[in-house]
Amino acid sequence: MTLLTMMAVLTIAIVVQRNLFAVVVFGSIYSFLMATALVALDAVDVAMTEASVGAGMSTVLLLSALHLTRGHEVKPLHRPLLPLFVSLVIGAALVYGTFGLPAFSDPQAVIHTHVVPRYLLDSLRETGVPNVVTSVLASYRGYDTLGETTVVFTAGAGVIALLRRRRGRADR
Amino acid sequence: MTRDLVLRVLGKLLIPFVLLFALYVQFHGDFGPGGGFQAGVITAAAVIFYAIIYGLPAARRFAPDWIIESMVAAGVLVYGGVGVFGILLGGNYLDYFVLARDSVHGQERGIFWVEAGVAITVSGVMLKIFYMFAGRQRDRDEA
Repeated sequence: MTLLTMMAVLTIAIVVQRNLFAVVVFGSIYSFLMATALVALDAVDVAMTEASVGAGMSTVLLLSALHLTRGHEVKPLHRPLLPLFVSLVIGAALVYGTFGLPAFSDPQAVIHTHVVPRYLLDSLRETGVPNVVTSVLASYRGYDTLGETTVVFTAGAGVIALLRRRRGRADR
Repeated sequence: MTRDLVLRVLGKLLIPFVLLFALYVQFHGDFGPGGGFQAGVITAAAVIFYAIIYGLPAARRFAPDWIIESMVAAGVLVYGGVGVFGILLGGNYLDYFVLARDSVHGQERGIFWVEAGVAITVSGVMLKIFYMFAGRQRDRDEA
């Protein structure tokens, strides 16, 4: 509860704050709080990713991007009523969607009765890897992870293509 | 490059341990939290740390652009190569149990190489993106 309150306060601070450097730092703190929440939910692998990517890497990238731009958010040209309305509607739809979800940590939920028992009971015998997250990621769902790696590769290739051409134009 | 003595000395002390921790996360991912993705990010973070303290040219000497760019593609190739290797040994694409004589050992071997591929691509992409951003900064300053 404390964590969630702090995260809510941080979100409001991010919205109100106009200094982009402070926004980036707030975002980093938010990621660390999220990582702590994930540790509390026993999702250590995800927490580690959140702490290293969300709090570490994206903060560094945002700061280096901030170095290229101005440090202050400009005032919006018109009143943000339509975006506010859209985000309120989408938020309400998402909250409505959560009512259809099974109760938190319900052992009879659909997701826990399908393939999860096999992963939890047989993965050590079948793959010899004690960490179920690793065996699911790399073995049972290896094809998905290949797709994710390709997505990361594509993102890198895209950034290279975009920024390198910009640099060539500056040279001319 | 910073002239702060404390940062430079501490950076020199800490960066080897950060890299060691990345290796631990990579190879201990079978037993505890971690794996290729996290290890790749931590490796990239160590080099970025180095670049922030000692300057981008020093980091480029340590990890040149051509190595980083080939890492971006090499990781996916390693991952896909494990799958192709499975086909060559008589299984389906990304079948691990044909990679060694008994199937559990084959799974462990397959997972090892797959995680290695993920780590190589992730650290390559992260470093490349950082180099790109930081390099633009330097170019503009020189102009």
